[in-house]
Amino acid sequence: MALVEFRNVSYQIDGKPILRDLNLGVEAGETLVLLGRSGSGKTTALKMINGILFPTQGQVLVDGRPTTSWDPIKLRRRIGYVIQEVGLFPHFTVGDNVGLVPKLEGWSAADIDRRVNLLLEKVGMPPGDFRSRYPRQLSGGQRQRVGVARALAADPPVLLFDEPFGALDPVMRLELQQQFLALRQDFQKTSIFVTHDVREALLLGSNIALLAGGRLDVVAPPLQFRQARSDEARAFLACIDN
Amino acid sequence: MRSDLWGDILQLTAEHLLLVLNAMVIAIAIGVPLGIYLTRHRAARPWLLGFSNIMQTIPSLALFGFLIPIPFIGGIGKRTVIVALVLYALLPILRNTLIGILGVEASVCEAAVAMGMTDGQLLRQVQIPLAAPTIMAGVRVATVTTIGTATIAAAIGGGGLGVFIFRGVASVDTVQILAGAVPAALMALAADWGLGWVERKLSRL
Repeated sequence: MALVEFRNVSYQIDGKPILRDLNLGVEAGETLVLLGRSGSGKTTALKMINGILFPTQGQVLVDGRPTTSWDPIKLRRRIGYVIQEVGLFPHFTVGDNVGLVPKLEGWSAADIDRRVNLLLEKVGMPPGDFRSRYPRQLSGGQRQRVGVARALAADPPVLLFDEPFGALDPVMRLELQQQFLALRQDFQKTSIFVTHDVREALLLGSNIALLAGGRLDVVAPPLQFRQARSDEARAFLACIDN
Repeated sequence: MRSDLWGDILQLTAEHLLLVLNAMVIAIAIGVPLGIYLTRHRAARPWLLGFSNIMQTIPSLALFGFLIPIPFIGGIGKRTVIVALVLYALLPILRNTLIGILGVEASVCEAAVAMGMTDGQLLRQVQIPLAAPTIMAGVRVATVTTIGTATIAAAIGGGGLGVFIFRGVASVDTVQILAGAVPAALMALAADWGLGWVERKLSRL
């Protein structure tokens, strides 16, 4: 059974269709990349998984249950979320930011402590140096590392990434992409990753879903995706053919 | 100079301070929750902000006059004064609470919601702490204005430093006017400085 599943999902705002009849499943352990241009509906699809948005038609199922029947707070605490702007709490230290969801979930101080140290270590931010700093004292790349650690904190089975590395310089972006792959090796999480960068999609995805104008255009693993014949897929693939 | 003038100054200053403190505590107790309510209920914004705006446009002496015939909250004396001062102080507190919370970076709130914070947790742990300097700025402005406005309280028997000013004006006695005006001005300066310090402490981040 798919861990996350879109079933005939459509979404409209004021009658304007954003997503049309989307059918898509994400298996446990998979990294599904939602690829598409701005306005293709990929972020909208992502926000339906953790119940920030709900479909106007159809259903999104997480663990086989429609998001509408989940308690939204419970649902969100089982799903890590990483966004481009990071959204760290400026008044919390790095350690408190990472420990946020475990604390909301009522973990003991000692457990939170251990988890925060482990995760900061894993994302390449030695806790001794960084734990008690504030987000404003970090570079953009460091902030996003903390953002990733925060998303992993309560050990959620599913992680959502909304163009997480889009605002970083190319060198930093590559570093974080490599780290994403290393973390996937370590934690074996199911991830849904939104991007408009086809290179990033091919590098990180175990499956790529290309969205165009709110419709699903192509779904394929990276190797097959390179052979895709649709106009939109070829437009994207043309970006790497030079 | 009368020998008991200093004693009077001390007593009326204390009275003045008490009026202002009472009014500010009530205004904060109403204004901050109401401002928070407005962040969650967009439709109520024009009504409540409009009401507090109109309150500010009514000349203070007239507002005191209007309140006198109203039962329970009106009449002659301190209670009416405090009601009027609260109505004046409401707008800056209400508005700054609303602006402060709406001004919290959208990505921070988005992350908080997506992490599974309840609305109460979002408010207490994120929005209020981050809006605190802005809310405090509203309290500071309201306090300084209230200290000045409270001098008119004497017109309806509310006491305070206005007693000196009204008496001085009636008897063309500059010393009396100054005995009211100088302590009121010093109190306003002290409040501005003290609350400004708190505001800066809160906005260290």
